[in-house]
Amino acid sequence: MADALPHRTIADAAARLAAGTLSSVELTRAVIARTQAVEDRVKAFNSRDESDALVQAAASDARRAAGQALGPLDGIPVGLKDVIAVNGQPLTASSRMLANFVSPYDATVTARLKKAGAVLWGRLNLDEFAMGSSTENSAFGPTRNPWDLTRVPGGSSGGSAAALAAGCALATLGSDTGGSIRQPAALCGVVGLKPSYGLVSRYGLIAFASSLDQIGPFARTVEDAAIMLGAIAGHDPLDSTSFRAEVPDYRRALTEKKGPWRIGIPREYFGEGLDPEVGAAVEQAIAHYRAQGCEIREVSLPHTQYCLDTYYIIATAEASSNLARYDGVRYGHRAEGVTDIEQLNSRSRAEGFGAEVKRRIILGTYVLSSGYYDAFYLRAQKVRTLIRQDFLNAYRDVDVLLTPTSPVPAFKLGEKSDPLAMYLCDIYTIGVNLAGLPAISVPCGFTRAGLPVGLQLIGQPFREADLLAVARHYEQAHDWHTRVPAL
Amino acid sequence: MKYEAVIGLEVHVQIKTRSKMFTRVGAGYGHEPNTLTDPVVLALPGVLPVMNKAALDAVIKAGLMLGCDIAPVCKWDRKQYFYPDSPKNYQISQYDQPICQGGAVEIELPGPARNIMGEHKRIPLTRIHLEEDVGKLNHFATDSLVDFNRAGTPLMEIVSEPALHTADEAYAYLTSLRATMIYGGISDCDMEKGQLRCDANISIRPVGETKLGTKVELKNLNSISFVRDGIAHEIKRQIGVFERGGTIVQETRDYDGQTGASQSLRTKEMAHDYRYFPDPDLMPVQVDAAWKARLQAECPELPFVKQRRFLEQYQIPYTITSVLVWDRALSDYFEEAAKLAGPGRAQAVGNWLVNDLLREIGAAKTDLAAAKVRPPHLAELVRLVDEGKLLPNLARTVFAQMFATGEMPSAIVAREGLAAAPTDAGELEQWCRDAIAAKPDAAAEFKAGKESAINALKGPVMKAAKGKADPKQVDATLRRLLA
Repeated sequence: MADALPHRTIADAAARLAAGTLSSVELTRAVIARTQAVEDRVKAFNSRDESDALVQAAASDARRAAGQALGPLDGIPVGLKDVIAVNGQPLTASSRMLANFVSPYDATVTARLKKAGAVLWGRLNLDEFAMGSSTENSAFGPTRNPWDLTRVPGGSSGGSAAALAAGCALATLGSDTGGSIRQPAALCGVVGLKPSYGLVSRYGLIAFASSLDQIGPFARTVEDAAIMLGAIAGHDPLDSTSFRAEVPDYRRALTEKKGPWRIGIPREYFGEGLDPEVGAAVEQAIAHYRAQGCEIREVSLPHTQYCLDTYYIIATAEASSNLARYDGVRYGHRAEGVTDIEQLNSRSRAEGFGAEVKRRIILGTYVLSSGYYDAFYLRAQKVRTLIRQDFLNAYRDVDVLLTPTSPVPAFKLGEKSDPLAMYLCDIYTIGVNLAGLPAISVPCGFTRAGLPVGLQLIGQPFREADLLAVARHYEQAHDWHTRVPAL
Repeated sequence: MKYEAVIGLEVHVQIKTRSKMFTRVGAGYGHEPNTLTDPVVLALPGVLPVMNKAALDAVIKAGLMLGCDIAPVCKWDRKQYFYPDSPKNYQISQYDQPICQGGAVEIELPGPARNIMGEHKRIPLTRIHLEEDVGKLNHFATDSLVDFNRAGTPLMEIVSEPALHTADEAYAYLTSLRATMIYGGISDCDMEKGQLRCDANISIRPVGETKLGTKVELKNLNSISFVRDGIAHEIKRQIGVFERGGTIVQETRDYDGQTGASQSLRTKEMAHDYRYFPDPDLMPVQVDAAWKARLQAECPELPFVKQRRFLEQYQIPYTITSVLVWDRALSDYFEEAAKLAGPGRAQAVGNWLVNDLLREIGAAKTDLAAAKVRPPHLAELVRLVDEGKLLPNLARTVFAQMFATGEMPSAIVAREGLAAAPTDAGELEQWCRDAIAAKPDAAAEFKAGKESAINALKGPVMKAAKGKADPKQVDATLRRLLA
């Protein structure tokens, strides 16, 4: 099954394409066929344009035939989370608000993937406006976990994780505001990378929380993630928060950077609420690094307990502002039968947004209100600085940090109906966003029930090359990533 | 009881840049609705703002011209409120760290007479900050349409201290501020195009009281005269309320310049909570000393500074300077012509420029830049007259021709044979005798002591001389004959 075309790695498919033993059209057809076979069960896609994908694939084959192949992504089917703009394609954020919106422009990552020759394939489901950890908040219905269709794929980039795990793309892009790439990657048994804040342009990414959002890849292997990151990373004049630096060759760094590394284990990440099977799998990974000669050192991130509160103040404040533009005036859902502008705004928003989105807008509006700003938003920003400082202090003694990605494996659809219980899913991932750090989730085992477990490695700012090398070191000694769900 | 008004002005000035504040699409006025838009202006999902550095340059330059302290960091905040002319439903602005603080606008109050300089004052500024303009709503019977061409245009808000006390001071403040902005090339400040807009905060208090009264904000003062009239009206209204024993309500009022009346728009209870917070999409920009120095070097001399220099350097009357200095092009024109004309001729240049050239330009509905009379023309004309080569009464004829054709005065004089030539004394005397004979009444009146009667005799003499007689010589000859 893992040998089937839709389950190949980018590296493998690219080699075959280069050797002429595979065409992009052939590969894309296989991915489309696989999608047609499983999509009614997985429901990872909001929309897909098969003929458009085949046109792109044919163009890739023509380029290659003319000796003008563009690199390892040329001809590779890549799926996009439905918050990333593609000119002429729907862009919904899994919201009623944007159910009929078609983007008239490309996101920067889209433009870069096109330039790399990737076959852009499908708009992948998510929690509405990327708010959630299970993809159940999608206005178009939940996505299912390919390993167990009664369970969630995680979220918010659940469609991106599930589509990849199910063989409906060779890689996908997601976005990560508090764990939205890493947590679904862990729950679906794939690699998920959240880059340093500012490494990948946010231009064309529907904003949830501007100071936390980052686009990143889902891939089958660390090497594939490195290929994807290399294609999308780098300064963008259209994003003022984009970092000005040379982008290293991440793929080459995988083989150049050899340990041993000093690995920090933050004690606050192994406490109450951690599923024993997840804990055991992560302990195995720690043991692996120790056995390989890495120095394992316990470290403390003392402000960890404040991460969740800090996150839900900053993220909701920014979201309340970012989502103000959806007002029924220029585009998007517009309420019928209104008599004045206030009704047009409030009813369009009441009808267009789902419950979780409304909850966060109300929360965010509240924390920014006159008289509350200092007590909430300003204080949260100060705590955020302390949280970041915790990480930077730890990096004086260690190269990377190792933690579980998610406290629990994939849970049942409908299991976490209490919003607070859902928010706890991100307990190990949100500190990374608050600190602006890169982090990766790699598969590190399965529960007895056959559910994937993910290992999170957290790197230093803009040291993705080192982070990827540490992750690859583990991956090469294990075969978790080669397993394919029996769908 | 005597009352004193306290007035603070909030002036919005659109900055003249090629593109908008946070995106590359062009900025401008008078285009087809919604043609100056792009995904960023329309706030489509996923777009991000990128700061226009030229706009920041302009506001720093404005601040330097007005003597403000320039903040070391330009920081951006979101001002949040729902209104359909604001595509994001928040406006990117500057809240707690405006780019400019302090500074002042120098004003001149009306003098006791037109030709006497009035009192000068410095009106302190609170702050100047940079933000983006909103779009424009057009209301119809059953619906409203919005044009986003103006949305996102760089806009600076200049806030004065509550340091103005009369409608005349407010008028003088706006006149001076407007001229300064035009001088610096920061804006064209055309109020009809909304490039300069003014809101006034007005309160009154009994003279001697130091506490501020309850303020009323007056909006939609869309010409400088309306600002003066609206403020005068509001002061009168508030005094009326006081004198009837009422209290002033803190509110925003809309002034209608056509009817001269105002009405309440909203009271304090309906005020917005703007929920300001730092814009996470924009990084703070550091403004270092070199940046400021570069802009400082571009700052032009301010109108009042220029006026003091003109009075000192050219020894020209106040009335002429007060016409020249408010227009940078006009004062540059003057200085060039005065330099070409040579020492001691500046006043003549000024007179020609202010009295003749501006009148002709006005009559011809053209402007200075398009006028065919350039500084070398005017300088030569003045020199010809001053050197006695062209008689003053003929100079007007020459001026009219050169205004029409753009020919140099010397060329016109030569072609038309207008050069001053010494008049034959005998011939002149004969013309004078003829004039006296023709107008015996005037001659008699003059002899009886009516000085002005002599002018009636000069006309026929000049006519006989075809205008080429030296008026001084004519005058002397007539007086001798009538003595």
